[in-house]
Amino acid sequence: MSSYLITGASIVGGEVADLLIDNGEIVAIGNDLDAPADATTIDGTGKIALPGLVDLHTHLREPGREDAETVLTGTRAAALGGFTAVFAMANTEPVADTAGVVEQVWRLGREAGYADVYPIGAVTVGRQGTQLAELGAMAESAARVRVFSDDGDCVWDAALMRRALEYVKAFGGTIAQHAQEPRLTQGAQMNEGALSGVLGLTGWPSVAEESIIARDILLNAHVGSKLHICHLSTKGSVEIVRAAKRRGLEVTAEVTPHHLLLTEDKVESYNPVYKVNPPLRTKEDVEAVREGLADGTIDIVATDHAPHPVEDKDCEWSAAAFGMTGLETALSVVQHAMIDTKLMTWADLADRMSYRPAAIGQVSGEHGQPLAAGAPANLVLVDPAGERTVVPSETASLSRNTPFDGMTLPGRVVATFLRGKPTVLDGKLTR
Amino acid sequence: MRHLLSAGDLSRDDAHLILDTAEEMRSLADRPIKKLPALRGRTVVNLFFEDSTRTRISFEAAAKRLSADVINFSAKGSSVSKGESLKDTALTLQAMGADGVVCRHGSSGAPHLLANSGWLTGAVVNAGDGTHEHPTQALLDAFTMRRHLGSLEGRRITIVGDVLHSRVARSNVLLLSTLGADVTVVAPPTLLPVDMTTWPCETSYDLDAALAKSDAVMMLRVQRERMNDAFFPSAREYTRRYGLDVHRMAQLPDEAIVLHPGPMNRGMEISAEVADSTRSVIVEQVTNGVAIRMAVLYLLLSGTSETPNTEETTA
Repeated sequence: MSSYLITGASIVGGEVADLLIDNGEIVAIGNDLDAPADATTIDGTGKIALPGLVDLHTHLREPGREDAETVLTGTRAAALGGFTAVFAMANTEPVADTAGVVEQVWRLGREAGYADVYPIGAVTVGRQGTQLAELGAMAESAARVRVFSDDGDCVWDAALMRRALEYVKAFGGTIAQHAQEPRLTQGAQMNEGALSGVLGLTGWPSVAEESIIARDILLNAHVGSKLHICHLSTKGSVEIVRAAKRRGLEVTAEVTPHHLLLTEDKVESYNPVYKVNPPLRTKEDVEAVREGLADGTIDIVATDHAPHPVEDKDCEWSAAAFGMTGLETALSVVQHAMIDTKLMTWADLADRMSYRPAAIGQVSGEHGQPLAAGAPANLVLVDPAGERTVVPSETASLSRNTPFDGMTLPGRVVATFLRGKPTVLDGKLTR
Repeated sequence: MRHLLSAGDLSRDDAHLILDTAEEMRSLADRPIKKLPALRGRTVVNLFFEDSTRTRISFEAAAKRLSADVINFSAKGSSVSKGESLKDTALTLQAMGADGVVCRHGSSGAPHLLANSGWLTGAVVNAGDGTHEHPTQALLDAFTMRRHLGSLEGRRITIVGDVLHSRVARSNVLLLSTLGADVTVVAPPTLLPVDMTTWPCETSYDLDAALAKSDAVMMLRVQRERMNDAFFPSAREYTRRYGLDVHRMAQLPDEAIVLHPGPMNRGMEISAEVADSTRSVIVEQVTNGVAIRMAVLYLLLSGTSETPNTEETTA
């Protein structure tokens, strides 16, 4: 295996040092390193070396919707975004609710080789919310599933949610909840507030998210399991999670890049590229989730990368699909929303986008380790002074539904390494 | 003005121009030959994705009285029912050369999308989109009120009913406030949007309190099925609290008028006696609807913003 010497990079935003990669591992970090003669040198001057990013919430669409994304195209997009591991959500067709489907997705990830793919299993059969899926079989499969979610739909039945939380204790699993009270969000199209009333679009009220989060935190406290909240989006949700953590209750939570940056006023255009679930919220909510991410109330950033084919977005609002792509823009958006605003440091970013998502996903042996000699060489080299304007047609994803179309965002991924092998060099995929 | 998508896009001058133009058009209705050559050679497509015979024939009559060629496209029995997208329908109309597209759609914002997508170049008129807006209805309502009340400046207008789901209410609140009226919307709290702070109107849950000081009261259609979603307990209770019957009507000032955009649920939001009373201007609204739609089509499609030349028919 070839070796690489990254020179003069700032290690996680701190000290400037050289970084030697060989045989899939970080061999040494320091100055005047003894690099093998055949080592490829990469100039890291002015760049920041970060641990490879880990996305706990990705929709790869395969099997079933290969017109929107495949494991291959999705992980290529992930590599370009600086990710070395992604967790594939279960809402495929067929649903990832059996050992067979999760093993298929896991195997496709291995074959693709751009990022490690960890399947998430469905909580209930067919994500129908009525009967537990064979969680144990998925846990014991080759895919070694530890995170379960009906994402896209809420496990709304309180008794079923309680049983799911209890059941996964046997193998240390986590239930990742898509918090959306279904009766409060029937036909919902956008955040409920003054603007939804004016635009005549059925509202998706904050309380529909917050009530489920509060319920599930209490259920989890009762049974003592592991609960993760997907794509938290409101100020009230931040307050509930903050209060729970203060009381010592176990819960982890994620926020998406788009909820860190965009607000509901985008919907005034009736352009369905801004249609997403949970919906874009208000400026106040954006400020609250930023604050929550900075102070650790919200544990991680997860993309909720949700590719859709053109025809599912090139239509009237109510007919359009929910979701936005995000893998290739996540790092830039977080830099823009959190670092350039001085709310977080690069070390914080490494924590929220690598260490902690890997810990929640229980893959810390392979990903999300601090950059140090002996650690697997999963890392990303970022040029924080770089800048790019988002052009949907230039994406590696099969889909074009990025809400950041036309926006100029800071930061550029220069290189991504997966176990010592570059998946991205000079900002381009290596193959 | 390139399209008519929202009543909120109209300045006071725009609104007055449309209303004044409609007044000219209205005078045509009383003549034996009800036709102007203004839009000869222009094509107007009525693109109706929702059933609405009243609105469609009103637009059709308006376009025909201006000598435009009219094509009616309704979703039922067309390629739309076979799964054709809004985009492909729009591209088809563009290929056929539609100068004006009158769009009724069940999805809020669909006319907005047609106007801004680049799919077609014609002028788009919103003929009702989802629970968003219905600007020509608001214009014809304002026109009808103006004919009875004179200037709407300072006039007190009460809109009653299912404001949450009503495109008529949204457009009326925006237009009437632009014209200087004091608007109050009255409904049970469940049928009002949860946050109305940006609406240029007052809100009330009490119809009786609002009636005594109303110069005009507009009753909105309420679908009985709403009670299945618990917006109100029963049709009877709705009628008791928010229906306009003769007893309530007696509280109105002497000159006050009663409007309804139709179709009415007689016995639900409005009693038959009120609908047929001398205060009711409901049939007149229909007549005025044609004049307003003529004015809108004329102003959008004739390539000029001057008032129309009606000399040919007055001579």
